[in-house]
Amino acid sequence: MFRLPIRFLFLSMLLLLTLFVGSARAATDSVHAGPASLATIVSGFGGDFNSRIAAIDALGVDGSDDARRVLVALEAGNLGLAADRVVIVDGETVLDAATGEALQTAVAEVDTITVNNRIRRAIATANAAFALVSSNRAERLSAATILRENATENLLPVLERALDKEQDDAVGSVLSYAVAKINLSSADAAKRLSAAVALGESSDPAVKNMLAALLEKSGEGSSATWIEPVAEVRAAAEASIRTIDRRVATAQTVGTVFSGLSLGSILLLAALGLAITYGVMGIINMAHGELLMVGAYATFIVQGLFRNYLPAWIDWYVLAAIPVAFFAAALVGVVMERLVLRHLYGRPLESLLATWGLSLVLIQAARVTFGPQNLELSNPSWMSGGIELAAGVVLPFNRIVIIGFAAFVLLLIWLMMQKTRLGMFVRAVTQNRPMAGCVGVPTARVDTLAFAIGSGVAGLGGLALSQIANVGPAMGQGYIVDAFMVVVLGGVGQLAGAVWAALGLGIVAKFLEGWAGAVIAKILVLVFIIIFIQKRPQGIFALKGRFADS
Amino acid sequence: MQTRRTFIKALVLSASIAAIGAPIGAHAADTIKVGILHSLSGTMAISETALKNVALMTIEEINAKGGVMGKMLEPVVVDPASDWPLFAERARQLISQDKVAAVFGCWTSVSRKSVNPVFKELNSLLFYPVQYEGEELEKNVFYTGAAPNQQAIPAVEYLMSAEGGSAKRFVLLGTDYVYPRTTNKILRAFLKSKGVADADIMEDYTPFGHSDYQTIIANIKKFAAEGKKTAVISTINGDSNVPFYKELGNAGLKATDVPVVAFSVGEEELRGVDTKPLVGHLAAWNYFMTVKNPENDAFISKYKAWAKKNGVPNADTVVTNDPMEATYVGIYMWKQAVEAAKSTDTDKVIAAIGGQTFKAPSGFTLTMDKTNHHLHKPVYIGEVRADGQFDVVWKTKAPIRAQPWSPFIAGNEGKQGL
Repeated sequence: MFRLPIRFLFLSMLLLLTLFVGSARAATDSVHAGPASLATIVSGFGGDFNSRIAAIDALGVDGSDDARRVLVALEAGNLGLAADRVVIVDGETVLDAATGEALQTAVAEVDTITVNNRIRRAIATANAAFALVSSNRAERLSAATILRENATENLLPVLERALDKEQDDAVGSVLSYAVAKINLSSADAAKRLSAAVALGESSDPAVKNMLAALLEKSGEGSSATWIEPVAEVRAAAEASIRTIDRRVATAQTVGTVFSGLSLGSILLLAALGLAITYGVMGIINMAHGELLMVGAYATFIVQGLFRNYLPAWIDWYVLAAIPVAFFAAALVGVVMERLVLRHLYGRPLESLLATWGLSLVLIQAARVTFGPQNLELSNPSWMSGGIELAAGVVLPFNRIVIIGFAAFVLLLIWLMMQKTRLGMFVRAVTQNRPMAGCVGVPTARVDTLAFAIGSGVAGLGGLALSQIANVGPAMGQGYIVDAFMVVVLGGVGQLAGAVWAALGLGIVAKFLEGWAGAVIAKILVLVFIIIFIQKRPQGIFALKGRFADS
Repeated sequence: MQTRRTFIKALVLSASIAAIGAPIGAHAADTIKVGILHSLSGTMAISETALKNVALMTIEEINAKGGVMGKMLEPVVVDPASDWPLFAERARQLISQDKVAAVFGCWTSVSRKSVNPVFKELNSLLFYPVQYEGEELEKNVFYTGAAPNQQAIPAVEYLMSAEGGSAKRFVLLGTDYVYPRTTNKILRAFLKSKGVADADIMEDYTPFGHSDYQTIIANIKKFAAEGKKTAVISTINGDSNVPFYKELGNAGLKATDVPVVAFSVGEEELRGVDTKPLVGHLAAWNYFMTVKNPENDAFISKYKAWAKKNGVPNADTVVTNDPMEATYVGIYMWKQAVEAAKSTDTDKVIAAIGGQTFKAPSGFTLTMDKTNHHLHKPVYIGEVRADGQFDVVWKTKAPIRAQPWSPFIAGNEGKQGL
């Protein structure tokens, strides 16, 4: 009981002592070793927010191993202050940040420095400055890329040093770009000129703004002077702006077409199953959206199994989920067809109501078993990120994969419908049920199978949706209208119609959105469909022949 | 004839409701009924189910400590199914048939607007636990969530500060309905008062349930590239947040370049998102699950135990969030007011509740304002962590008084009390 206060006294004395020695050393260091000494830099963390940012920048310029150690600690949230001294928390011990020697301070006494966005950004820049001297080419390249965006004048000597030593062309060009960005505000006109020329290689609208700033005048009326006094530099800047503009415009058009294709492929995946069950079999299936939901939930279960049992293969869970999602949704489809729909063939109104009821049952069932929350499905690493066409236009990998997946599913269905016996039976039953029955086609079984396939394809749609949208009990509700829109617009009974309608709607919607905003675009698309259906009720493609009108 | 039939109908109805909703109705005289009006199905179930859970937990806790004035509380749970007119119907049922003393419920502003006339007409009490756009003050409603000056304005001030990245250009992005529209109107006026030009503000809305954010993200990037430091202020609500954040991550828009601060995204919403690409994006609330203090530790462990005991799906990963804390505080505020008034009578409770204080899980002692029916609340700004929780990067020193009538909207001068 006694020992506690004594120990406390001892500790605090020790602390005071070390503090005194520490600050004395910092003071002498700054006298002897100049302003860049590590102790001085580190003491910046004891100051206000801006002095912390300055300290991080200085660490990046310093580049020593000790500086790196401090930065790593800061990034991990282990750098803190204990009685005005900058320290690093290392497990149970507390180290002095500048020297690395162990202190007697208790971990609980350390007030760690909060790492927020601004600090994180400064750390990334400083880390990149370190990585410029790495022997690994990929590391140097990514470091140079970060510095291209964030570098400040302080880092110019570091960049120039690295540029001198750099052997690799790709890294070198990124570095010279970064240097050019800084040199644009150099006092030397020759440097500004070469910078303005070099930046013509850019496709970044932000660089364009930097160049455009040179072409402005300061002051009013006739007494106005150019911000950039040298005419040659201005001409180079103008030429560079023109090339950047051209490049950005092309990239943006490509980006819009791509996002239209991507939206179209999602609409297609949502609608393909319906194109079979509604388009081909004539069942108005209001529970179609919930079949998408079943597919997405099946994907979630597969992800859970992979997380628990095959964590090393987690990146490939999406592939394993393809058959699971298909069969899970197909099974639900079979049960629906056997128990409910088969009694309602030829009575569209009743089947509409019955399937709507089924959709509510399925939503509530999902809510009761999995909870009402959205489920977290993470993109595998090979589906994260994207290809950068130009600054600002990124084609995300998950969307590229989904476009490919939609094409794959479409091919599969086409092969099934055109090349297999089952497909032939389905087409026969669709065209003339009594006649198909007469020649020995088991129509009841074909109905069940066709419905199962349509449902399974909806499950695949759900799998794809899980990679970009949210997965929750009511997720299907958002797609049912879109799916019917696509099928009706494309022409009932036609797979090709669904493809054209989905892609067309996607691209039109995206161009409208860019022009008028999302809310107006949605309204315009619906108005367009209403007008189109009034003028051409059979859709883009119509079934030709005897049964088209019945 | 007519009256007798209605009477029989009412009798049958109330008997069946009693049979469903109140298995211990036999001791009705010894209990005080309270209503819980949260959507348990439909689009809002994702957010509101947790509030129903936390309300039931709080009532259990109060009962375990001896109830209110020696009487047990008896919760009556109804499901308005995310259907706004149904909210009014269910509220009427709770007040007229079940004779509840107070109702805890609603999430969206439109549901609150639809029940307001019912509470006014029948002179009952509603405790509304969600941050909202303000511009409203009802005698029968107590607002335990944040008004705009307790959430939106401090968040924007933070973004404009050196710590927050000195943002100079702002994208106001929201779902197209009353809360985002009003909040953005207030924010635009606020930004103008801080010298931000109209050309530096981009305002954009998406329909409810919008799931394709490609164009909007591309527009934000374009806007951000046009010059000074840009920040996004998101009032996107409900399900659309997941596709928005997924697109944000995949399009490579990092928090260090263009931070997004959200007013409707908390721990519960992030459960449906892979948060690794979102690290550093911000949210502003009056409570975070990561706030460290004894009250919060107790609150979290109580809720986790309750969820496990009652078989809530995924009980081992349940989280607490701001509206849940506001529900918890609201029920205790009502309890204290009833005990101070020694009655559950609406007018007496309203008279007694002003000035009540409660040591809340947010780490502050919250006070119910004497005149404006809002809590004085602290403001926290958090950054998303890789595990879906928030690191608090900024907070107010003390709770702030609510301004339900924003001074940034013309015509609101002098409208601060009832």
